[in-house]
Amino acid sequence: MPTTKIERLGVRISDDVVRVRQLTRTFAVEVGLGLVDQTKVVTAASELARNTLDYGGGGDVTVELVEQGGRRGVRLTFEDKGPGIADIEQALKDGFTSGKGMGLGLGGAKRLCNEFSIISEPGLGTKVTIARWK
Amino acid sequence: MDRIPILKFGNALLVTIQVDMHDRLATALEEDLTSRIVSNNARGVLIDISALEVVDSFIGRMLDNIAAVSRILDADTVVVGMRPAVAITLVELGLSLTGVKTALNVERGMAMIHDRLARSEADDADDED
Repeated sequence: MPTTKIERLGVRISDDVVRVRQLTRTFAVEVGLGLVDQTKVVTAASELARNTLDYGGGGDVTVELVEQGGRRGVRLTFEDKGPGIADIEQALKDGFTSGKGMGLGLGGAKRLCNEFSIISEPGLGTKVTIARWK
Repeated sequence: MDRIPILKFGNALLVTIQVDMHDRLATALEEDLTSRIVSNNARGVLIDISALEVVDSFIGRMLDNIAAVSRILDADTVVVGMRPAVAITLVELGLSLTGVKTALNVERGMAMIHDRLARSEADDADDED
């Protein structure tokens, strides 16, 4: 899957979550997503960036403009070196939370995107990748 | 630190959120509104989110909390001006804001608050009879 544009952002403080939203919006507009799809992917990015900050202890986000078979999309990768998630299936369930949230972040982000994958190892960190296609 | 301004409008409080809020700003607004309801003796809170392009679970929870706390303090909260794309996204996210009253615009939201006030005053008058 060729990447035509890429940008990276650190997520260390809560202002960075706002920056992730703004950068995702810029990419989503460039891909040509409609307003509803833009809103969905930006909201998913916000949830995941907050997870990176609150549960992963901070990390990095990579935003990419990707192309595949004539389709364009925006892909985001959230990486942290936090405590990791022991039971991913449980973490994806609505209402599950280990912290102060509502437990909608991970499952909600998955519903708002076309592609979702998560790799996590306890003690090593978590990597979540999402994509939304036009 | 930045703060979202809270305006007094008769016996209601009016908040227009015009910036993309980071989480601490949202939490500060929740606290500020709670103390202003009490200090201003407010009976209604109107929150205009028409400028918000995104409402994620954190901001959704803030709106829910403000509605719940204001209810306990005998004030009504009405959220107005939600964009259609935001509404669609919120429902898909799993957040249907069941505890929050909504109206399409500020005018209708204010009318809801006044209706409720008029009803409760009429009830009080009945009690005195």
